[in-house]
Amino acid sequence: MSEPRGQGAATRWGVIAFVVSTLGSAGFVVAYAVEASPQWQGVALSIGLAGLGAGLVAWSKGLMPQGPEVEERPDIEPSTDEERKTAAVFTRGRRSIGRRRLFGSLLVAATGAFAATILTPIRSLGPAPRDKLRSTRWGAGVRVVDERGHPVAADELDVGGVLTVFPEGAVKSADDQTVLLRVGLEEIQPPPGREDWSPEGYLAYSKICTHAGCPVGLFQTDTQVLLCPCHQATFAVLDGARSVFGPAPRPLPQLPLAIDDDGFLVAGGGFSEPPGPGRWTLGRP
Amino acid sequence: MSVRDHTDTPIGRLARWFDVRLGAAEFTTSKLNYVFPKHFTFLFGEIALYAFVVLVATGVFLALFYSPSEAEVVYGGDYQPLVGLPMSEAYESVVELSFSVRAGLLMRQTHHWAALVFMGAIFAHMARVFFTGAFRRPRELNWVTGVVLMMVGMLEGFAGYSLLDDLLSGTGVRIAYSVVEGIPVVGAWAAFLAFGGEYPGEGFLSRLFTVHVFLMPAILAGLITVHLALVARQHHTQFPGPGKSEHNVVGHRMWPTYATLSGGLFFLIAAVLTLMGGTLQINPVWLYGPYDLFTVTSGAQADYYVLWLQGLLRLMPGWEVRAFGYTITNQFFPGVLVPGIVFGVFLAWPWLEARVTGDRRSHHLLDRPRDRPVRTAIGMAGLTGFVVTLVAGSDDVIAATFDWSIVALRYTERVLLFALPAAVALLTYRVCADLSARGEPAAGPEEAASGPAVATAGPGEGRAATGGGGVLDRLAAAPVSRATGAWRRLRRALVTTGMVAAVVGALADRLRNGRAGR
Ligand code: HEM
Ligand code: FES
Repeated sequence: MSEPRGQGAATRWGVIAFVVSTLGSAGFVVAYAVEASPQWQGVALSIGLAGLGAGLVAWSKGLMPQGPEVEERPDIEPSTDEERKTAAVFTRGRRSIGRRRLFGSLLVAATGAFAATILTPIRSLGPAPRDKLRSTRWGAGVRVVDERGHPVAADELDVGGVLTVFPEGAVKSADDQTVLLRVGLEEIQPPPGREDWSPEGYLAYSKICTHAGCPVGLFQTDTQVLLCPCHQATFAVLDGARSVFGPAPRPLPQLPLAIDDDGFLVAGGGFSEPPGPGRWTLGRP
Repeated sequence: MSVRDHTDTPIGRLARWFDVRLGAAEFTTSKLNYVFPKHFTFLFGEIALYAFVVLVATGVFLALFYSPSEAEVVYGGDYQPLVGLPMSEAYESVVELSFSVRAGLLMRQTHHWAALVFMGAIFAHMARVFFTGAFRRPRELNWVTGVVLMMVGMLEGFAGYSLLDDLLSGTGVRIAYSVVEGIPVVGAWAAFLAFGGEYPGEGFLSRLFTVHVFLMPAILAGLITVHLALVARQHHTQFPGPGKSEHNVVGHRMWPTYATLSGGLFFLIAAVLTLMGGTLQINPVWLYGPYDLFTVTSGAQADYYVLWLQGLLRLMPGWEVRAFGYTITNQFFPGVLVPGIVFGVFLAWPWLEARVTGDRRSHHLLDRPRDRPVRTAIGMAGLTGFVVTLVAGSDDVIAATFDWSIVALRYTERVLLFALPAAVALLTYRVCADLSARGEPAAGPEEAASGPAVATAGPGEGRAATGGGGVLDRLAAAPVSRATGAWRRLRRALVTTGMVAAVVGALADRLRNGRAGR
């Protein structure tokens, strides 16, 4: 065992550290009392703690036995003898249990039934999914309204404009959120059957990313894509919001649009597909 | 009067009071004499422990002010830019905590930094345990509690920063919901039960609050206790060296040297964390704004211990599997399956390795990583893959910063995810084999009988104990003049792999644009 060397230096450092620490802690109390900025509070408290730490380390390293000390490692693996003893004690008890066969079986049954009661609270945690998942309120003739509930007139957006819309009466509902854009009518290359879904160049797509549900908020007019900022799924708005890059496996569902007699936008029906990210029963009726 | 009775002092009398009731003298003696090995890598576990203490201390303070409620309020506090804005009570309470509660911001930021350091220390600690083979018999149980601690730690951190109900964390919760919902068969039920219904659920914040401040800390504290009790029971491992054997531990005694040193370490860590908390801004939620369902920020970044998942979600191509009217969702693969496999391999690693090497003996002396080239290569490959997922998790920010094409970058990452770990593994193997063959024996001569497996293996077992054999072995057998040669080759291979991947990425970008621009 070597005697610690450099005791003088360690003592000196230790003294400095503890004194500085005391000042730091006192400084924190003052900083707190006068409501100094978090920076001052943090620095002062940190000095108080660091001094304590440094002092203890100096003390341990400079003034305490440095060893190396040797400790025998205890042999924790049991001998066969000990194991036999344990087994004997256990078996004695088990035998007395084993004699009561019927009791044993009933105990198993009762415990099993009780286990079921323990599980029931889990069911309280939420409603059953059923068809609630992604039923939307869009349908033929439903008015398109903005975030404040105002109907959207056919001249509301210029080409290149974008707006978040909802079905009338369901403003801010998570499932129904829809992104409305306006592009040049002649640029649209609609998928078959959707030729009349985009009056005057208005297009509407579900705003819920088909990847993992983030709101698809960024409309890049130069490339005519909708971009999801979460994992960069990119949808080409001119041809049915087809997924052109990133992890989204499906296009954004499209909402057919029409313009009613008063000149406001209305839905021509529901979404082309159920909106939202993938799930097990996607594609089931 | 020359011999003083140590039990006749105030402390002695107090100790006697307890000893009479608990019979703790013998146990206490053995713990005071416990020997800790001297090596800085043994400190990582302690850093994690002390960061956890800081987390609990600051967390209790925060919990007294945080309010887990989605109820809408209009802000009227001290932070001018948000005045008059509608927001949830939860978000409001965090803004209040940051600007109007004394020392509130210091506590908040220290708590967040402590979480980052906590997870970092766990990763470093785990790496130390892995690369040195400390998980081998008899420490498999401690490895398993460790892996569970790491998983719970990740969840705990995610739950923590999701409480704030700011735009960034709200987006993270949205993605988490979709991942849960995307689990085959049970997904919809699992999501409805976890969140209390269809997204955004009912009272989710108060659930999350209970989980974050009570349930998971209790689990963590319980597991940490088990973890440390196991270490104390089995004693620390140690690196081989003069005087060290399988049957002893060499280093500092607990009392007084190590206890003082470790106490000092605690204060130093607390000092670093408070300094960061006071001076380095983190998660300034007042700049992100309150969460609402229809808005999202770009450049949103998870904390790094979750960022790898975000990276995996991004790396996955836009595929999903549909058959018989059922769908195996896209987000299931990177969000559940891959992490499940990774954690499964972690949990099973001690047994997997024992099965391959056939080495089922107890080990208290650690391996040098170079002496276990296959294990080291696999570990390095895993770390490399982790880094690639981190890059992918922030590639939108990278692309924006350097004005690169996100598309080319993403395809490059997809190639790198597989190519880079493979290259690193092969080269690590070579480097280890070189160093090992060249270097001095790991153990001192007096330890030859109980040194690393190479030395203890019986005739004919030497090769099998060193590595997996086969192709890798032959590769390693090829002579390399100097170890530095191997390093140079490692560097060259990394650069080459990177360049090839970048070219593939750029080509993919071209092809795709060609198609898209039709
Ligand atoms: C909350 C997280 C954790 C804390 C607070 C913690 C703390 C500690 C401490 C203080 C030690 C003794 C010092 C040392 O050997 O480094 C230790 C040992 C150990 N830990 Fe952890 N640990 C954590 C997570 C983990 C993880 C994630 C793993 C691996 C998957 C792990 C595996 C082990 C093993 C096998 C030992 C025994 C090592 C030996 O004796 O050489 N721990 N831990
Ligand atoms: S949620 Fe839109 S890309 Fe992932």
